[in-house]
Order: sequence, then C-alpha cells, then structure tokens
Amino acid sequence: MRHILSVTVENEPGVLSRVAGLFSGRGFNIESLNVGPTLDTGVSVMTITTEGDEQIIEQIVKQLRKLITVIKVVDLTDLKSVLREMVLLKVNANDANRAEILRTVDIFRCKVVDVSIDELTIEATGNYEKISAIVGLLTRFGIKEISRSGMVAMKRSIQN
Amino acid sequence: MELTGAQILLECLKREGVEVLFGFPGGAVIDIYNELPNTSLKHVLVRHEQAAIHAADGFARASGKVGCCLVTSGPGATNTVTGIATAYMDSIPVVILTGQVPTPLIGNDAFQEVDIVGITRPCTKHNYLVKDVRELAHVIRQAFYLARSGRPGPVLVDLPKDVMQVKTKFVWPDDVKMRSYNPNCKPHSGQIKKVAQLIRDAERPIIYAGGGVITSKAHESLTWLAKNLHIPVTATLMGLGCFPGDDKLWLGMLGMHGTYAANMAINNADLVLAVGARFDDRVTGKVSTFAPMAKLVHIDIDPTSIQKNVSVHVPLVSDCRLALEALKEELAPSLAEYDFEAGHMPWVTKVGVWGKEHPLNYQASETTIKPQSVVEKIHEITKGEAVICTEVGQHQMWTAQFYRFNEPNCFLSSGGLGTMGYGFPAAIGAQFARPDKMVIDIAGDGSIQMNIQEMATSVCNNLGVKIVILNNGYLGMVRQWQELFYKKNYCSTCMDAQPDFVKLAEAYGAAGFRITDPGDLDRVLRQALDTPGTVIVDVRVEREENVYPMVPAGASLTDMLLV
Repeated sequence: MRHILSVTVENEPGVLSRVAGLFSGRGFNIESLNVGPTLDTGVSVMTITTEGDEQIIEQIVKQLRKLITVIKVVDLTDLKSVLREMVLLKVNANDANRAEILRTVDIFRCKVVDVSIDELTIEATGNYEKISAIVGLLTRFGIKEISRSGMVAMKRSIQN
Repeated sequence: MELTGAQILLECLKREGVEVLFGFPGGAVIDIYNELPNTSLKHVLVRHEQAAIHAADGFARASGKVGCCLVTSGPGATNTVTGIATAYMDSIPVVILTGQVPTPLIGNDAFQEVDIVGITRPCTKHNYLVKDVRELAHVIRQAFYLARSGRPGPVLVDLPKDVMQVKTKFVWPDDVKMRSYNPNCKPHSGQIKKVAQLIRDAERPIIYAGGGVITSKAHESLTWLAKNLHIPVTATLMGLGCFPGDDKLWLGMLGMHGTYAANMAINNADLVLAVGARFDDRVTGKVSTFAPMAKLVHIDIDPTSIQKNVSVHVPLVSDCRLALEALKEELAPSLAEYDFEAGHMPWVTKVGVWGKEHPLNYQASETTIKPQSVVEKIHEITKGEAVICTEVGQHQMWTAQFYRFNEPNCFLSSGGLGTMGYGFPAAIGAQFARPDKMVIDIAGDGSIQMNIQEMATSVCNNLGVKIVILNNGYLGMVRQWQELFYKKNYCSTCMDAQPDFVKLAEAYGAAGFRITDPGDLDRVLRQALDTPGTVIVDVRVEREENVYPMVPAGASLTDMLLV
C-alpha cells in the first residue's frame, strides 16, 4: 500500500543524503520525495511517498525517527490530509487537435503556461489520481516532455 | 583566552574523560599531534588505522566507557571503516576523529581527500564535518553524548586542517540538548505489568539475553530474575558473560553454534523473554519456526529492533537495566504467593535432560591437540577470569562454547559484522582499559594475520597481551562449510606458506611458543601465560575439526548437526 510520510528534519548539509541512504541501504522504495524549507529556517519538511506492507512501513517510520537529524515523522496515510502534486507537460499540438487539448485542460482546471506553433505546455496540480488521469488523457496527443513534482501534503485541520 | 581548534579538541577530549587515544598521524592531523605532548592524554601509536578503531572498540567493551581514536584524512580515514562498521553492528560507543583537507579544498579531489562523512553515513550512529571552529566544542560534546546514550554506537567527527589551526574563544557547553534526539530509556509501566503477568503464567519460560544486557549493565537484575523465578538463561554471542556460565540455569549460547539444550529450550518454551537482543539470523535460524510455541516479549532500547525480524507479543522499548529492575520490583512480591521453583521444576528438569543428552562435546585424542581442549585449558589456567578476545571463525565459536564466562565485559568479539582481524587490536585496547586483568586473544591462523602488524604496538607499550593461535592451517570455518555443503571443494581455504609464528614473535621482540603434542599443552600453555609481555602461542591443532552443534544456514534451530 502507498504511504505518505511527512518528515520534519534539521535543515543541514547531508540530511537528504541520510534519508535517501536509509531507503536505498535497507531496500525500501521511494516513489517520490519533495523537500522544502519551512518558516523556521533551521527546519525543512520532506514529503515522501513510499510503498510497502504494514511491517515495512513500521520499519521505515522507526528507522527515520532513529536518524539523529530527523525531528518528527507523521504518516499521513490514515489521516485526513490535503495531497497535491504538480506536473508540467509539453504536448504536441496541431490545428486539428489543439481545441481538444484545450478542452481537456479546461475540464481539469489546468493552465496553459507556454505556447508555440506545434506545442502546448500545460501546468496541472492535483492529487496523485488526478495527475495520473491528465497524463493518461494527454498521452494520445504525444507528450514530448514531462516534469512532475513529488507530492506535498498537509494534515487537514478538522479530522472528524 | 583564545585557543586553536587543535587545543580546543584536546581540551574537550579531556573533559569527556578520554584517557587513551589510539591513533596514527598524517598531514591533515599534524596540528593535533603538535598539541598532544601538552596534554595528559595517553596516545597509543598503532601500525595500521584499522587497529586504532578496533583498539578503541576493545577499550570501550572492556571498560564500558567511550573509546576514542584519531586518524588522518583520506586513506587514514578509509582504513577505519571496517572497524566503524564493526562497532556499529555491535552497538559499541566509539568516537572517531578523522583529519580532513582544509575547508577551501574540500570537493576539489585534494591530496588525501575523501568524503569520509559520506562513506560512513550508513555505518555510524551519526557523523559530523566541522566547518567552523566555533562549532567544535559543541560537536565534540554531542558526539560523545550520542556515542554513549540510547543504543550506543560509533560517531565520527571530520576535522579539516584549517579548522584545527584557527583560534577562537573556548566555551565548554554545560549541557547537551538536541530537539531531534531523545532516547526513550524508561519502561512503560503498563507493559511491565503485562510482562510480569506473562512470567507468572508461564510454565516453560526462557530468557534469551543479548549484548544489550551487557551494554546497559543489566546483568545483576537479569541474574536475580533468573535465579529467583527459576528461569533458564541462554545468550547470544554478544550476551556471553551476562549470566554465570557455571550456574545450573545456564544453557549456553543459542543459535547456529548454540547448545542442544538452548536450541531445544527455545523450541519448546511457552515464553521467551528477549532482552537486549535483536533476533539475528545466526540466532533464529529459519524465522518462521523460531520459538513456535512461545509468547515473545522483546525488551530493547531501539524501537527499530522490535518487530524487525519477528513479530512479538509484548514489545517493551526501554533500557534493559531499567526494564529488568522494574520487573524485579513488580515480581518481588509474587515470590511469596507463587512457588516459581516448584512451578518451573518440570521445565528446568527437562532442559537439564537435554543438556545431559547432548552436552558440548568433542572426541578427545592422545595424538593431536583438540582446539576445544585448548580453550578449556585456558579457562582452567585463568580460572575463567581473563578478558578474552577473539577473531572470527571456528576458534571464535569454540571460545564462545568452551570458555564459561562468568562476568560481563570479559568477552570481546565481533558479533554482528564478523570482522577477522578484530581480536588482537581489541585486546590491546582492552589491556589499556583493564591493566589488572590478563588479556588473551584466542585467534585462528587466518585471522591473526589480518592485523599481525600490531605486534609492534603491543611490544612497544610493554603490554602483556597473550595470543593463542588455534593453528589448523585452514580458514577453518569456510573449510567446514565447504566440507559440509560444497562437497569438500576446499578452494582457497588452505593456508599454505604460513609464517613461523614463533620466529615472528621473536622478530617483534616478543616471546613465542609452539605446542604440537597434547602432552605438552598444560605445561607450555602455563609457561606461556606466565611469561611477561606480549606472547604468541602457536598451538597446532587437529586440522579438520568441525564446530558442532551446527544449524545449517536457513534451517530450523532443531535441525542441529551434532558431534
């Protein structure tokens, strides 16, 4: 099962390597990883999506907590959270299909952020499923380039 | 007053209680060495950096204090990696100080530059690169705190040359506070009550003790619990010495080369109390058949150890000593209500029968020396009171089996990593920690050659370390596997062209003895151990003797090959 971990870490050199090394060294899988600063300059937050059975996820969480530079680990999977990814897609576009592409962009409330004679660059945000759906739908037009962020996540204020 | 980085470093070591520093100089650490004569620190010059870290490790294991070593950048640093991994696997508190090229050169492939912080990230508890001399005192304080607290382990501090040269005001941090590190040491009272009830209810309990018992100094509480509640005790290699080896409740080591009684007891127990152990594959054999009838209680300070290899019924994250003391307090009143001795009598008797059916044994011989008999003889001569180090292989297992350890911190062996070449430098470290004790490295002829250069260190420091080589002319453990599982294809395990260990001892200015006749064993061994200074005893033993019992890798504990 896919799990989303929010990991609060000390913002210091090598911390990403410690986390990444933990996953590779112990044979855990990272599906996506996103790191960014917080309001406290000394602290960063990583959002890690990973996969494994219950026992493996328990080990991942414990091993992360064991790292000296990790301050806090929260498994957001079973909590109500806002999950977002962003993707930039460069799609082939010609006079015949441009309207259809724009319609799709509209339906998914994406944005066109760059245009040329035969390409459209589209920005989309949403949860994992939405992004996968957009990518799936646009594939038939020919995706020339794709750049996908890792997931960022936040626990919702109201849990019940 | 302003001090240089080197002066601050040495002042910090002094304040952390470091007495002995094992090291080897080089360009990047000359500034530190330049200041050394101005301190009270004892520096021991090793002959290879691997020995510096093993000696610091041996010092730590024998003393219970933090060991410390100092090496230069590049190859000096990489030479310590095996020793760091050894200490990491066995949770030994060591602080490793490595030199580094000056900060402006870092990342430029400078002479003797290596990213040792990157290299050692997966095999240290934590590591640091000090880029600013103002952080130095703080980092050293944290390094020692991390090394010795919680689940102990090696901590490396990388020290660029320029940081050692510049001056700053020395401020000793009074306290160490780290928001991201709070080792949970105290046991949860609810869990203690649960464990106590399981113990009261159990008919066939067994204690499975690991190195954590020794690390946390829990041996007294463990012994109290076992003796008062009449619970048989087995231990891992790392746990040997946590319970008296001559007690009737002692079953011997468990696992791959464990005793028949210990493995059968685990298999038939209805309650296994795992204390400071981690269910290593050499202990459990096939995990799915380990302790099939038992409720498992797992006491360990490291939450990651729990539910890692086996799923347990009652986990208890705690310092082992605090947990066992709490259990003792909880169970002491029960002694009046329950007759544990009578309750466990059938079980203790049954376990005793297993011990008599297949005791640790070997075929005695009048013509060749049996390696097991050498270990027994060493035990007899030293009255079981020596600090025993080993290398890795058959001799290590025979030592674990036949030297009945009575005290903690007296058996020093590379358990988790299985590092050949560990024992001799560790013995040097142990001798500095325990000048009052006889320190013996029981070695194989293969392993001893991995750090034989330390003869110079031992002789030069007038150390009384005794090396007893169980010389069978083979890399014996691998040969045993080849015999049993690889159709006797003895590829690369026969040690041809060995040195003359007696002459080698003499070449280093030490004494050398050779024993080839079983009739000479007692006399010559006594003479050798009585000889002052460093001694090598080359004992020519039965060449193709095997270690038994043996549970083949991946088999169930009950599938033992017996003598």
